[in-house]
Amino acid sequence: MSDLLYSEIEEELRSSLRALLADRCPPAAVLARCESPEPYDPALWRALARELGVTGLQVPEELGGAGASLRETAVVLEELGRAAAPVPFLGSAVLATTALLTACPEDALLPRIAGGERAAALAVPFSTAPDAAFPATVRVDSAGTLNGRVTSVADALPAGLLLVPAIGGQGAALYAVEAGAAGLGIVRRTSLDLTRQLADVTLNGVPARRLAVGGAAEQAVRQALLTGAGLLASEQLGIAEWCLDTTVAYLKERRQFGRALGSFQALKHRLADLWLEVVGARAAARYAADALATGSADAAVGVAVAAAYCGAVAVRAAEECVQLHGGIGMTWEHPAHLYLKRAKADQIALGTPGHHRTLLAELVDLPA
Amino acid sequence: MESELRERTRRLLAEHDPSDTDRLDFLRARFDAGLAWVHFPVGLGGLGASRPLQAVVDEELAAAGAPDNEPRRIGIGLGMAAPTILRYGTEEQKRRFLRPLWTGEEVWCQLFSEPGAGSDLAALGTRARREGEGWTVDGQKVWTSTAHTARWAILIARTDPDVPKHRGITYFVCDMTHPGVEVRPLRQITGEAEFNEVFLTGVEIPDTHRLGGVGEGWQVAQTTLNNERVAIGGQATPREGGMVGVVAETWRARPELRTPDLHQRLLKAWVEAEVARLTGERLRQQLAVGQPGPEGAAMKLAFARLAQELSGLEVELLGEDGLAYDDWTLRRPELVDFTGREAGYRYLRAKGNSIEGGTSEILRNIVAERVLGLPAEPRTDKDLPWKELPR
Ligand SMILES: Cc1cc2nc3c(=O)[nH]c(=O)nc-3n(C[C@H](O)[C@H](O)[C@H](O)COP(=O)(O)OP(=O)(O)OC[C@H]3O[C@@H](n4cnc5c(N)ncnc54)[C@H](O)[C@@H]3O)c2cc1C
Repeated sequence: MSDLLYSEIEEELRSSLRALLADRCPPAAVLARCESPEPYDPALWRALARELGVTGLQVPEELGGAGASLRETAVVLEELGRAAAPVPFLGSAVLATTALLTACPEDALLPRIAGGERAAALAVPFSTAPDAAFPATVRVDSAGTLNGRVTSVADALPAGLLLVPAIGGQGAALYAVEAGAAGLGIVRRTSLDLTRQLADVTLNGVPARRLAVGGAAEQAVRQALLTGAGLLASEQLGIAEWCLDTTVAYLKERRQFGRALGSFQALKHRLADLWLEVVGARAAARYAADALATGSADAAVGVAVAAAYCGAVAVRAAEECVQLHGGIGMTWEHPAHLYLKRAKADQIALGTPGHHRTLLAELVDLPA
Repeated sequence: MESELRERTRRLLAEHDPSDTDRLDFLRARFDAGLAWVHFPVGLGGLGASRPLQAVVDEELAAAGAPDNEPRRIGIGLGMAAPTILRYGTEEQKRRFLRPLWTGEEVWCQLFSEPGAGSDLAALGTRARREGEGWTVDGQKVWTSTAHTARWAILIARTDPDVPKHRGITYFVCDMTHPGVEVRPLRQITGEAEFNEVFLTGVEIPDTHRLGGVGEGWQVAQTTLNNERVAIGGQATPREGGMVGVVAETWRARPELRTPDLHQRLLKAWVEAEVARLTGERLRQQLAVGQPGPEGAAMKLAFARLAQELSGLEVELLGEDGLAYDDWTLRRPELVDFTGREAGYRYLRAKGNSIEGGTSEILRNIVAERVLGLPAEPRTDKDLPWKELPR
């Protein structure tokens, strides 16, 4: 059986990350940033890169990374989810990095991405599920430049580099595009999730460097999406934990009818049920991370289970958080809404729970 | 009665042709003809008829393209202030307030909730002190919808801190144009500021603006709160009215979004919506034959649950588009515009359905205690003077 616990190193990583986030990324700061013209926090990103070196966790040490495994990356996502941190970690350190490591593991871009000098993004709609057909909205013309459009790309706004799946003469291919390239447009969408903004990417004869073709390109995109879907469960776990902890603390303190709200059995049972779900989410997320990290043959099942379960838990925890805070939970000033919006967007990201259940049906031979 | 009402409605239409009568003039004439709310007394916009007969009037008027009084915009006045004024107001108060309330010339808001008193509304601390002929009010209210457009407010305040909390409350009508009333927008989860904080500083209220007896405000407030639940959950709707219709339309129009999982969930919600609609219809029929049932409390609960289930489903159904939001701009709308906005807005705003007007938890307690007769939670605060309550 795989290891579902946290190692000492992972716990250490968590505590230094949590301390940094408590200091640099309190809810008030996240709220303020959401309303500013710069929705991402570049200073926090730099701190994550320089002080903790987490931007390249899964990149080998000789390429400037930490040479750690996806298990540690998952812990980082838990903490970033818990803080609703506005940094492009999922897009850059998970999706783009996995694609690059799979397609061309020695590429010169990797050290720069690992070091956090530039964030990267994988140019696919954020709702794309791991089993989706290879994206075909971008074409390579005879001059070797890219044309087309990709909508709702996560973390593209702060990215210095885009990895673009495209269809060329030899079929599927993966290209690298510099953010400043001529003919490239990155337009911010008004996103439901204020802490992870989406953007539409348009390409008009954009010069690009080819990274992989054919099966290698397909495999890179699929592996990135599968890893993303599996590790997103850890972010969802972090969201659910914050919502549960915050709600418990509030109900201990808030008095109505002459007593603490948490003393009402109706609420106690609800929170106990929620806790149970969070416990389940933690096990599911850990299993997916471990299976992906070890390249287990069961990874696809582990990812489908985690994605089907954790997405719903995060949404429920955030909905309970809003509800049980009463009127305050409905305000903009209280951070609960940041978590509700992220949880709801995450539920769609990289395949909905319903989609992952369908995938599971095939994997475990339970046809409709 | 039904044919007489039809006759009356046609006479109104003949004398005030909606196609060339000013909107407000038409609404005033309708009120004066007793066709505003037919179950109200003669002279106060009604004819003392039975409530369900209103449908006859509404049908005739709608067919003739007559303007309505934008009931959603003035929901608090219609749903909560009016029944309370009708029951507890003096003749003078009824004559002063009901007509402009119904025509929408004067918008109302509800100054009930406070930072420290929400579900436990009777714990409120806003003070009203006797001063000569009237009262002076000081305190703070919160989550007040439409305070920024309101001309009048229904207000509950503490007039006697020395008696237990339910007994020392008095119910007033508050003039929102008084200089001591300060309304500050409070932005909500949707990005809008539909509700407000309201600060009351030395607000003078004449005793003629009191509703019900001094110290009897809690009973008066019960009328408001019961009507609020009915108003929120109780409108007659056609099949696929409301949120279920919105989602069903998207489903029909965009086959490419369909999945078996969502199909099952949509059908389940569709059945629940239809059942809730029929339950509401049954409740109305019971009322019409003079047998009010306890289902009223259930309606608001069912409405909130369905709105939340369906709006959440809609966001998922839209997939990539569900990741987008239409507009985060801080606005101060006059009404909640479910259908004019997109799925993300509906999802977020529906979260308020189980909080506003009494939370779903409190409604469940009411069902358990008053409908099922289960014993109440032990209460330590019931007989203590308000000023001695722990806060
Ligand atoms: C969109 C919106 C519009 C509103 N408009 C108005 C308005 O126009 N005027 C106005 O006066 N007010 C308005 N309100 C306020 C609303 O009535 C209160 O928010 C509501 O009554 C809950 O009070 P609270 O916010 O203090 O929550 P609390 O009472 O602190 O409750 C917190 C949580 O505990 C639960 N809880 C409380 N007591 C119990 C119990 N005994 N058993 C089990 N669970 C319990 C609640 O259900 C809730 O989930 C509005 C609220 C919203 C969200």
